[in-house]
Amino acid sequence: MKTVPYRKLDWVLVGVYLLLVVFGWMNVYSSSSSSDEEAVFSITAKYGMHLLWIIASFAMAFTIIRFIPVKTYPAISWPFYLAVCFLLVAVAFAGKEVNGSKSWFALGPFSFQPAEFSKISTSMVLAYVMGKYNFSFSKRKDRYFAFALILMPIAFILLEKETGSALVYLGFLLVFYREGMSGWLIGLGLMAAFLFIMTLVLSPFAAILILMGILTLLLAVYDGRPFYTLLGGGALISLLYYLPDLLSLDLLSGITGRFQSEIWLVFLTVPAAIVFTFIFLFKKKRSLRNLMLGYIAGVVMVFSVDFIFEKVLQDHQRARIEVLFGIREDPSGVGYNVHQSLIAIGSGGLTGKGYLGGTQTRFDFVPEQSTDFIFCTIGEEWGFVGAVAVLALYLTLILRLIGSAEKQKDKFTRIYGYCVACCILMHVVINICMTIGLMPVIGIPLPLLSYGGSSLMAFTIMLFIYIRLDLAHWKK
Amino acid sequence: MPISQDRKSVLVISIIILFAVMAIRLFKVQIIDKEYRITAENNALKYETRYPARGQILDRYGNTIVGNKISYDIMVTPIDVKEFDTVAFCRLFDMDTSLVKQQFREYRRFRRKIGYQTITFKKQVSNEQYNAFIEKSFLFPGFSGVPRSARTYPFNAGGNLLGYISEVDGDYLKKHPDYRSGDYAGKTGIEEAYENLLKGEKGYTIYLRDAHNRIKEHYSDGEYDKTAIPGKDLTTTIDAELQAYGELLMNHKVGSLVAIEPSTGEILTMVSSPGINVEQLADISKHYSEIVSDPYKPMFNRAVMSPQPPGSVFKLVNGLIGLQEGVLKPETQYPCHAGYVVGNLKVGCHIHPSPLDLHHSIMMSCNAYYCYTFRSILDNPKYGSVREAFEKWKAYTESFGFGTKLGTDIPSEQAGIMPTAERYDKLHGKDRWKSISIISLSIGQGEIGCTPMHLANLAATIANRGFYYIPHLQKDTPESPIDGRFRERHYTMVDTSHFNDIVTGMRMAVAGGPGATARVANIPGIEICGKTGTAQNPHGDDHSVFICFAPKDNPKIAVVAYVENGGFGATWAAPIASLLVEKYLNREICPQRKYLEDRIVTSDLLYKVKVRNK
Repeated sequence: MKTVPYRKLDWVLVGVYLLLVVFGWMNVYSSSSSSDEEAVFSITAKYGMHLLWIIASFAMAFTIIRFIPVKTYPAISWPFYLAVCFLLVAVAFAGKEVNGSKSWFALGPFSFQPAEFSKISTSMVLAYVMGKYNFSFSKRKDRYFAFALILMPIAFILLEKETGSALVYLGFLLVFYREGMSGWLIGLGLMAAFLFIMTLVLSPFAAILILMGILTLLLAVYDGRPFYTLLGGGALISLLYYLPDLLSLDLLSGITGRFQSEIWLVFLTVPAAIVFTFIFLFKKKRSLRNLMLGYIAGVVMVFSVDFIFEKVLQDHQRARIEVLFGIREDPSGVGYNVHQSLIAIGSGGLTGKGYLGGTQTRFDFVPEQSTDFIFCTIGEEWGFVGAVAVLALYLTLILRLIGSAEKQKDKFTRIYGYCVACCILMHVVINICMTIGLMPVIGIPLPLLSYGGSSLMAFTIMLFIYIRLDLAHWKK
Repeated sequence: MPISQDRKSVLVISIIILFAVMAIRLFKVQIIDKEYRITAENNALKYETRYPARGQILDRYGNTIVGNKISYDIMVTPIDVKEFDTVAFCRLFDMDTSLVKQQFREYRRFRRKIGYQTITFKKQVSNEQYNAFIEKSFLFPGFSGVPRSARTYPFNAGGNLLGYISEVDGDYLKKHPDYRSGDYAGKTGIEEAYENLLKGEKGYTIYLRDAHNRIKEHYSDGEYDKTAIPGKDLTTTIDAELQAYGELLMNHKVGSLVAIEPSTGEILTMVSSPGINVEQLADISKHYSEIVSDPYKPMFNRAVMSPQPPGSVFKLVNGLIGLQEGVLKPETQYPCHAGYVVGNLKVGCHIHPSPLDLHHSIMMSCNAYYCYTFRSILDNPKYGSVREAFEKWKAYTESFGFGTKLGTDIPSEQAGIMPTAERYDKLHGKDRWKSISIISLSIGQGEIGCTPMHLANLAATIANRGFYYIPHLQKDTPESPIDGRFRERHYTMVDTSHFNDIVTGMRMAVAGGPGATARVANIPGIEICGKTGTAQNPHGDDHSVFICFAPKDNPKIAVVAYVENGGFGATWAAPIASLLVEKYLNREICPQRKYLEDRIVTSDLLYKVKVRNK
């Protein structure tokens, strides 16, 4: 076996990885140690346990670089993917229950979460399938196949009620985008999410007005007669804006809940108004049809919000969303985590209270301190400077991965690299946005920083497989 | 590949924007906003709660029924307490020294939990005691006084109606996370129903502590203080004077007296007797055990919580159903010879002329007439079976509100009992029952229970000739409008046109010639309509029931009086209800009826009610 050319290793990735892991352990120590016991290497404490996992991860990283041949990965991608899917199903029935979701296997003193490893297997199988010579997103069959590959683990993970982990898989859509999927899908998804939020925060009526505004803008850009379109759309929207006043209805301030019967009247007259306005203004059938389709889809979406919100979401999820948007204030109940998290981070100020100096985090004000809310400890003890430094480290890691992936000649390596970057991106964004109150509480760990063996090990394996693949590129 | 290079740039730029958003948010949370830092400095800052004044409860004319007075809570910060003269201290507050010592033993036991906190030592001390304490407060470091508002009651208006406030307990805190221990909350009656309106919002003043835990100064010159927002006043529909008069009439009787304004559903008076008098209400914690152990259960709001058989009053409902179903005409006559006899079954009746038409049947309250009517409703060939006809009959009664919660704004309102076909299946066997088996329902007896509120609502419905508004206690004002459900008319399934015959009968019951059952209720100058009821029950003497409204056209008030174990409806309930009507419409009792008032006020019927553990 040839020796591995260590000098060609991507030392930037390795360096950022080491910094994050070491910094992570320091913060796990800070958030889980108490002043009474001083033994750093006690494995009974969380930080001791975490240290063991770090050592194991290093060993794993070394093994991947030194001993496992590159050709293994494409070869095992299908069996690995199927095996992990099987584990995902099995754990939903045979797993042990932690915090209301059955997603852990217990093996003696250790427990691990198959969902963590499913990210690796999905990345590998996507790289394998999409990396084939004749794969193309312009073929319908290929497209559906790629979607099916990410939908399967999502479905199984939802079965375990791990909504947060399932959300991470949306990151693969970015990979699809890079590989040629139409950007419209992401655009439509973002618009749907935006309308959903507007419906909850403002009112269904206001969301419809906003929808009409978006459609008018789109029409203005693509239809070629921006001036008249904007004028007509603007006039219609402002007219409708005053409609509730004329009918003396209160449609703009109502937040959620039952639609009053009168509101249907409004929504029935509005499309008719649009049809007539645009027929007289443009007499252009195609844009009218698109407009109507877009409008109807949007209205259905807005009306289904109530249904989704009340029926599909579980109580705790609904409550978290309500707290996020300020529909409900509940600092001692559901909002407690976020409230305490913000207090901890906010009290850090510019430079923080110093390592081990945090009062909020060290005295257990914030729950799930060392796992999902580890960023609070960083924010409190290291301040704005430390928090931004961590953000910078992650940004470096992700951009470096993308830049490096772009340079690959091998399609498998490129796609795999993108997958790794997008998984880390989703984790970082969801986790940090949750702790700083930009997203509802979704319990997923911060990659490489959070306490938790499965997560650390999975991200280590994921990253080092890429580093090893990248190395192969140099050898040629 | 230029396209993929574009896409890479789009992705990279989006990612950078995302990270920038997070960094900006961090900048805002960590550098710009100060509120988080203040909360984190909680340990160094001392928050002193400012309690808001609770809103007053007013009657329909703006008179205060429940007001506020200032009293003081004595607070203690155990960690600051030095040795002090216990005897002098106890003399100030009229306390027992052993009690103080015991209190401090508790503080020591929980000292870890208490820490630097300030806790309530003694609640609601009077103004004089507080002033005496303030003069000597330098002798007692660690103690301080906080003004709190306590309730005052200018009218003797009912305890069950108003409810009381008391300090929240553990259970309450579990259900209402926005309360803190030491807070007061309304526990029953209006105080509970309108807690959110009345309570106001607490505020706080922030002080800085030094290293020795002494309060140094106002933090940031009070910039972050929050002033308490006083609770809103609640205007009720109650007529305070009428309520007090009602309480007087019901004194020493067990039962309820409810008056409603039919044109709005506003409750003018709601008496549940025996009640809690207002002196006890003001200091409920002191009287609590006494009230709870009272065998007549003054806490029990009979007006909405006590379903009882309605008795003959219910004949009105059956008459209306018969008219609507077409099986009864106003001129229909039925014979009655001291009762209704079929085979072995006999429903007795008193002696009166025979036969009678509908009007006279109401006037003389003939049992047989309604046995015939009820049977013709249930045996109507229009329906395939008795069961089907019964379900229809039940739907009619439910449209009057019987057997359902009316949806009033009074806490713990009960739905009452209406029998179901399944119940009769159990009693007699599946479909083995006939109209004759359930004949008691015709005269409001048997498996039927209505709260006095249901009956008052019936009186209001008849007064309105066929619809009711849900009875409620909150007056509609521009500042605090009432819930939409109180503005809706609820029509019964009986057409408006049928009600006038019933009203005519009810008028004759009061003002008719010989044989009229409720002549005692006639008031000179007021066209009052009424119907007596004498409800048999397994507990003792019959309950005395009367519903009425007045005037006959454009009624202003509808009343029910329910006197448990009182005997004939005409003996107690009719005079009580009619006196209330007279008081409301004329504001005084005419000389001819003074004797009636005297008789009612001085009578004590408590002995007639059997109670347990007395």
